[in-house]
Amino acid sequence: MLQRLIRNLTDYWLPLARRLFSRKVVLASAILLALVVAVATVFPWVSDADPNAISISERLNAPSAAHWAGTDELGRDVMLRIVHGARYSLLIGGLTAAGAVLFGTLLGMFAGFFRRLDAPLMRVVDAMMSFPDILLGIALVSILGASLWNVMLALVIVYTPRVARVVRASTLVLRELLFVDAARALGVRTPLILLRHILPNLVSPILVQVTFIFAYAILAEAGLSFLGVGVPPDIPTWGTMIAGSLESADRAFWTILYPGLAIVLTALSLQMLGDGVRDLLDPKLKKAS
Amino acid sequence: MTTPTAAMAAPRLEVQGLSTSFATDAGRIQSVADVSFAIHPGQTLALVGESGSGKSVTSLTLMGLHAKTSQAQVTGQAWFTRRDGRRVDLLALPEAERRALRGNEMAMVFQEPMTSLNPVLTVGEQIFESVRLHLKLDRKAAMAHAQRMLELVEIPAAKQRVHEYPHQLSGGMRQRVMIALAMACSPTLLIADEPTTALDVTIQAQILALMGRLQKETGMSMLFVTHNLGVVAQYADAVAVMYAGRIVESAPVHDLFAQPEHPYTCGLLACLPGVARRHAVAVAGQRPRLVAIPGQVSSPLTPPPGCAFAPRCERRIAACDARMPALSDEGSAGGSRRVRCIRVNEQPIEEVAA
Repeated sequence: MLQRLIRNLTDYWLPLARRLFSRKVVLASAILLALVVAVATVFPWVSDADPNAISISERLNAPSAAHWAGTDELGRDVMLRIVHGARYSLLIGGLTAAGAVLFGTLLGMFAGFFRRLDAPLMRVVDAMMSFPDILLGIALVSILGASLWNVMLALVIVYTPRVARVVRASTLVLRELLFVDAARALGVRTPLILLRHILPNLVSPILVQVTFIFAYAILAEAGLSFLGVGVPPDIPTWGTMIAGSLESADRAFWTILYPGLAIVLTALSLQMLGDGVRDLLDPKLKKAS
Repeated sequence: MTTPTAAMAAPRLEVQGLSTSFATDAGRIQSVADVSFAIHPGQTLALVGESGSGKSVTSLTLMGLHAKTSQAQVTGQAWFTRRDGRRVDLLALPEAERRALRGNEMAMVFQEPMTSLNPVLTVGEQIFESVRLHLKLDRKAAMAHAQRMLELVEIPAAKQRVHEYPHQLSGGMRQRVMIALAMACSPTLLIADEPTTALDVTIQAQILALMGRLQKETGMSMLFVTHNLGVVAQYADAVAVMYAGRIVESAPVHDLFAQPEHPYTCGLLACLPGVARRHAVAVAGQRPRLVAIPGQVSSPLTPPPGCAFAPRCERRIAACDARMPALSDEGSAGGSRRVRCIRVNEQPIEEVAA
């Protein structure tokens, strides 16, 4: 068993990783992301500095040795809040992506595989997609009420149709392939066909969707918070930081620049990584990369 | 009928009046009409005909693999003799019981080894699936069985191959895996739908030899769908020639090749390069030309009023267009031979039309 695991690692995963990281930009994105995740998870354990600690005497201080990214209009350390905010932003992105993929895959797979479910399910999906993302998000958060969990729930609802579309399209192709008939000719039941033959073949389009939705969700949360219908302002997320520093941004650029940079770099590297994974998994694009 | 002795003598599969039609945008089309044949234990029946003659539809109907959306309408009977001697009508069986038969007592090998294996599962896992389903083996035993099956179909280094994915195997190897998959539960009936068409010639011969060997060892019956007459002559016990969804001639393999009676069968045989060469000898100094049957298969949407082959037939008379001739067994060779042609008794065709 262990021997097989090692063989699998050296024969399959290592060359795959080498191919994925042969593009410098993908490698850089992966390193940056790993860094963000590491800091976000480790920092709150090693330091008990309160990101919400207010210090009126240090309001809107420029970046210095004491405050690397300066302080905001309540004298809170911007760097500290970015680091803590990373936790929430990554949490929102990750859970939103996971939720949207879970529901989107189920919806898309059923719609694609069972022709009878196709029309009813996909018309609902179409209706949801006809709203602009951010408007649907605002509407949902207004109904549900602004909290961390409700923002995530709203974003899951916003991004589920996107996954459902992609999964349905792939399922439509897969269900016509001969190996599905071959499985049926072996007496395999429909649920098992979905689980063993359709789902594993959907992994690559789903994986790509995960990386994109992860980035979109971080951006959307920032957008919602900026518009005041996102996470409550006492939770430091990159979005709430930007929203909170609106009034002081003309005097203290650092209050808005650094959280903005954090969003841009994280979202960008996620997208880049997603691109790399897509190229790796899509045999048709292999030559181009 | 259900006594063991009677069951022993009963054919493995006896198809009576099988008809399949599909709904298309242009209306309902009759893909297979009134097909009857029998396959005895350990025997191979070859189903021959050109593309669109209904060979594949027949085999898919027997397996019950038509998509629901094609709205296939099936009539007729297909009596299958199970391992325990019971005879069941496949077409009347509830889906759950049919599923229990599929892969277990009857299995199918498809034409395209490239797409009939799941690309994300190792070959071992795919065999494993069917074995666990039907033989109720535990994980370890099932995996060992998978490896044994690969050895049975003569895949070298089966121990390593079990863990490989389909894309790591060549076309011939994949077809071997498909056969291993079909044979995993030792079925008594194997339906092979042009199993060698997608392979190159040397591999074809190997695969056919393998299937012949497996048949001899297990005593299973085979329904062999093909358009390769050379393969038919070598491996089949009996032949049924299909044209436009109907059987036009069925006979023991030797009789059919020695003396084809239906004009379509004659035409098919004349198309073989070897036969063509023999005829071209007369025309001195010329390269032998391949013979082709003129015209095309009539569209299933607008079938001719009488014999479906009449528009292309050299022996056509006015009566041919009046009505579809019945499949008679009054042909010259007697009982086991049946021909669908009104002129078959007039004069035996001495010479293949040249």
